[in-house]
Amino acid sequence: MKRKYLSTPYIIWVIGFTLFPLITIAVSAFTNDDGAFTWDNIVAISEPINRQALLFSLAIAFGCTLICILLAYPTALFLKSFRFKRKGFTIFLLVLPMWMNFILRILAWQMILSKNGILNFILGKFGLTPLAISNTWIALMIGMVYDFLPYMILPIFNAISDIDEDLIEAARDLGAGSFTVFRKIIFPLSMPGMLSGVVMVFVPAMTSFVIADILGGGKLQLIGNIIEQEFMKSMNWHLGAGLSISLMLLVLIGLAFTMRNDMEEKGTAIW
Amino acid sequence: MVRLKNVFMKCYLALILLFLYAPIFVLIVLSFNDSRSRVTWGGFTLRWYSALFSNRQILEALRTTLFLGLGSAAIATVIGTLGAVGIQAMRRRGYQIAMSVTNIPILNADIVTGIAMMLWFVRFIPLGFGSVLIAHITFNIPYVILSVMPKLKSLNLSIYEAARDLGAGGVYAFFHIVLPQIGSGILAGFFMALTMSLDDFVITYFTKGAGVNTLSTMIYGEIRKGIKPEMYALSTLLFAVIFVILLLFNLLSGKGKNTEDIIERSR
Repeated sequence: MKRKYLSTPYIIWVIGFTLFPLITIAVSAFTNDDGAFTWDNIVAISEPINRQALLFSLAIAFGCTLICILLAYPTALFLKSFRFKRKGFTIFLLVLPMWMNFILRILAWQMILSKNGILNFILGKFGLTPLAISNTWIALMIGMVYDFLPYMILPIFNAISDIDEDLIEAARDLGAGSFTVFRKIIFPLSMPGMLSGVVMVFVPAMTSFVIADILGGGKLQLIGNIIEQEFMKSMNWHLGAGLSISLMLLVLIGLAFTMRNDMEEKGTAIW
Repeated sequence: MVRLKNVFMKCYLALILLFLYAPIFVLIVLSFNDSRSRVTWGGFTLRWYSALFSNRQILEALRTTLFLGLGSAAIATVIGTLGAVGIQAMRRRGYQIAMSVTNIPILNADIVTGIAMMLWFVRFIPLGFGSVLIAHITFNIPYVILSVMPKLKSLNLSIYEAARDLGAGGVYAFFHIVLPQIGSGILAGFFMALTMSLDDFVITYFTKGAGVNTLSTMIYGEIRKGIKPEMYALSTLLFAVIFVILLLFNLLSGKGKNTEDIIERSR
């Protein structure tokens, strides 16, 4: 038996449950209730309410990705510089929170940030003025950064800790200062990790609807919320499919620009 | 100067950990809170923990979640491992196509994957546990392949060939030579798949239909009515169990890693 035939079940599975669903959603996007061809569902993304949600999602996703990089990079760098005996333990500490149900964790943030919440209680103890950030985009941003930060820290940390110590020593021997070592060696070698982090944060940030649902108090509409409502509330499946296809294409175009690195390393990068 | 830098780095890391763990502390505290309100502290109690075990709905959702996670991870591990072995034997072109297709469910937004599967499923099967299981297997397989593939690439094939030359059958040689070498990749793939499955909300939400609930979809449904405190108790328990398991796993595999390092250095 030839070895490549071992992948037969996988290939059947992929065709049956990855490719056919994608064809189905595309067909649904390009037809109306009578089954006739139409562009309407695709063009619908440019309607004011949808366009606004799309732009808001883009802004939030860009902001979230940027903040995640800014927070994650020093974290990864510092973790590395402490040279913990076991790399595994560091990863353990970062992955552990992800095992608590994420909706519950976001709900906990709602309790922390709400008007009579824990944060304002603590601020009050220090005699500071309470913050009114619940149900605003700031709360949404905090929730998003919170949820996706580990996905940025882990790949950067993995990339940094895989850097050959000899390279750094060699640079030092040749007279490079800390900053030069960082600029010429650590930073360039950590780029692939950062890029997979960007992909792992940007896509879910751009398309999520649960976090906005909880922390936005129903007032903030991301494109994900609009699509979800078309399916679950308005029962307008063709329109929902059209918006999903537009969103998917947009994300894919974005990815094509960001990603040239080998995706195969990503699977292990998370662990 | 160096000490100051050290203090700064430690403070920064402490703040990041505080940020990551703050909501978890909140949930754990709530599970012991003797008040149905989420904002006031009514004293310490264990009653949510005892109430938990008589709450049929929650236990049912827990069972569904676990069955779904373990079942989909196990099936995905088998299909994915075989798939990876087969794909690796393909020629360049086939290999590239197969790997790009493998990445689709990982790169595609959950909401699109979920909706696409829902639209496809409703054509021929009723939405329910079966459709959710298929959906979970589908998005789990890529994680298995991506964990197994690097191990396969670094596999020493000459040992396998030596075994075959010495008369071992293909299956025998696979189980005795190949499997031990790629085992850690398979295990990592399984746990990755399990994590993804337990953590999923969006894809389950769109493919589940009425009547089936995992813990995630159940919690989502309760948001407007208010979460039952038993749910905090359950998630605290689950968190504690996972904490212990991961800690043990880490201590044990940490030891293994050290020996690996030693072997590597002595080369």
